[in-house]
Amino acid sequence: MTTGPEPGRISNRDWQRDCRLIADGIRARALAHTIVHGGYLSQACSSAEIFALLYGYQMNLGASEGPLLPRRYEGWKDRKEERVSGMIYNGVRAPDADRFFISPTHYALVVYAALIESGRLAPNALDQFNTDGSTVEMIGGERSPGHEVNGGSFGQAISQAAGVAWARRRAGDTGKVWIFLGDGEIQEGQTWEAVLSMAFLGLENIKVLVDVNGQQVDGRISGIMGLEPLAQKFEAFGCAVETVDGHDLEALHDACETHHPGKPLVVLAYTEPYRGIPLLKERFPYLHYIRFKSEAERDRYRDALADMEHPG
Amino acid sequence: MKKERQVHRKSLLEWGQQQPETVVISGDLTSACEADGFAEAYPDRFINMGMMEQNMIGFAAGLAREGLVPLVHTFGVFMYRRALDQVEMSVSYADLPVRMFGFLPGVTTPGGPSHQATNDVAVLRSLPNMSVVEVGDAADIESLYSIARSVSGPLYVRMLRGEVSRIFDAPFVLNRARILSAGTDIALLTSGVCTEEALRATDLIRDAGMSIAHLHVTTLKPFDDPTLFDAISNCRLGVITMENHTTIGGLGSCVADVMSTGGIGRRLIKIGLNDQYLQGASAPYLMKNYCMGAESLIAAVESLSGQRLGITPEQLADAMVSDFVGENQVEAL
Repeated sequence: MTTGPEPGRISNRDWQRDCRLIADGIRARALAHTIVHGGYLSQACSSAEIFALLYGYQMNLGASEGPLLPRRYEGWKDRKEERVSGMIYNGVRAPDADRFFISPTHYALVVYAALIESGRLAPNALDQFNTDGSTVEMIGGERSPGHEVNGGSFGQAISQAAGVAWARRRAGDTGKVWIFLGDGEIQEGQTWEAVLSMAFLGLENIKVLVDVNGQQVDGRISGIMGLEPLAQKFEAFGCAVETVDGHDLEALHDACETHHPGKPLVVLAYTEPYRGIPLLKERFPYLHYIRFKSEAERDRYRDALADMEHPG
Repeated sequence: MKKERQVHRKSLLEWGQQQPETVVISGDLTSACEADGFAEAYPDRFINMGMMEQNMIGFAAGLAREGLVPLVHTFGVFMYRRALDQVEMSVSYADLPVRMFGFLPGVTTPGGPSHQATNDVAVLRSLPNMSVVEVGDAADIESLYSIARSVSGPLYVRMLRGEVSRIFDAPFVLNRARILSAGTDIALLTSGVCTEEALRATDLIRDAGMSIAHLHVTTLKPFDDPTLFDAISNCRLGVITMENHTTIGGLGSCVADVMSTGGIGRRLIKIGLNDQYLQGASAPYLMKNYCMGAESLIAAVESLSGQRLGITPEQLADAMVSDFVGENQVEAL
């Protein structure tokens, strides 16, 4: 298995190399998991660089406060005073620390893989994925590692993050509020309500990254309920907008570093839902959830995984 | 018990053939809600709205005002929670024949609280003009066309997908429970997937000497079925309800209303979700740990009768296993 840097060893001397390793590891872990169990694999392909950059270099997070192997979760005994947020994996809250909000929580597999690759979770934490009594849920909840809010009902995380950003500005915090969005969910009216409010309120501490992979559950967004031109829409709503190749780490980083006084920043990261696993293209555009049907098919993907782990 | 796949998908095709006014609307969950067959067969009567449920409900209301019959397909949570004001003001207040198919009730998905509809019956029963039904088997699903034809206003259907058991031969009739067994000690009223779950234990309970009247309740609004009233009135020890839903405002509450307003002085034990959200896990795990399963039914019978039934966990494990969430249902959430 490809692995990223050990905990605390992200050197920043060659951040692109570090992030490349993390991105490769995310794809390999997602593929290995999907071969056995099925999974949200295309989302890992499209967003690997985004998560690699965020966890590997871009976000200012403290060291994880969570155990490398997540605690079990027995919700029926759940007591408010005992609840542990999944955000402990993003470090302690601090005025200068960044916060991270994930809206499309079916990306949970990608989040867990990113946490593993950045040394915040043990590799075998993924063995708990979607098993009874685990916080490593298939659709991440606010107790799942890396997650702070329940985002799975689309459009809701961005509003909650906007509230957090407003409160942090009022408190004088210097840390940023990062929001990860999928593009399909931009169809939800609430997304636009949130964008309107964060722009009107001038929340310049917000940075939104959108994985524009062009996909939704039923297939290609452009054939279902098209969204383009996205950049003009966000600009018209009052945001600073950067459009980049979402697989280009340097371009992504530059976009995140854009100066955007008085406005929230929206980075539209255009991506491919089969990037890094070209075999997946054969299923295009039906990529929302991948389950391999036959042993022969699994074998082909096992070969692809072996190539990813030992290139050349 | 025989399992069948994609019953709704087939029945929707017939629906489209029999009723030319039918328009299927999907919220980016077309095959996930078994509407893909209809979409292929009748592309000019299919609209994929993407993920915009509030707009989807209002749009459906507009279609209904023009004489079309919109069948709205998405997961239950995205209708009764996300678009409740639209369901109330655009559909229910206007008393329009919009048919809403809400998938993934309660324990039937490991998708966690964002996907598990656990109080949809409670919320939607409280809407004037709204009718509410919940399917529990393949025959229930096949009956929906005729049920919908008999309801002039809005209808919410608590749906099942994927592998569904066939428990009944006859179709269901609105506001009439189906009798699974007659009995005089206890009236057991079950809905949705809890009917099959209850069937794991009822033979064992009967073998232990209890006489149980077991009824499968499909119609949750209206709720004035004389079949139910008779079963409740005629039981010696008390009444048990069992539902894949919070015990606040669902089947148990419906039965409590009937008993109290009808002056039926018996004990009632409501088995269901106890004022909690679920978590992401398998159906058997959730049913057991959130006290919604066959073990809870046995405990309820013991409580009403004051007797230990002596049913061992092994006996229960050997009884028919309710594996209604098949492998194939995990995908496409």
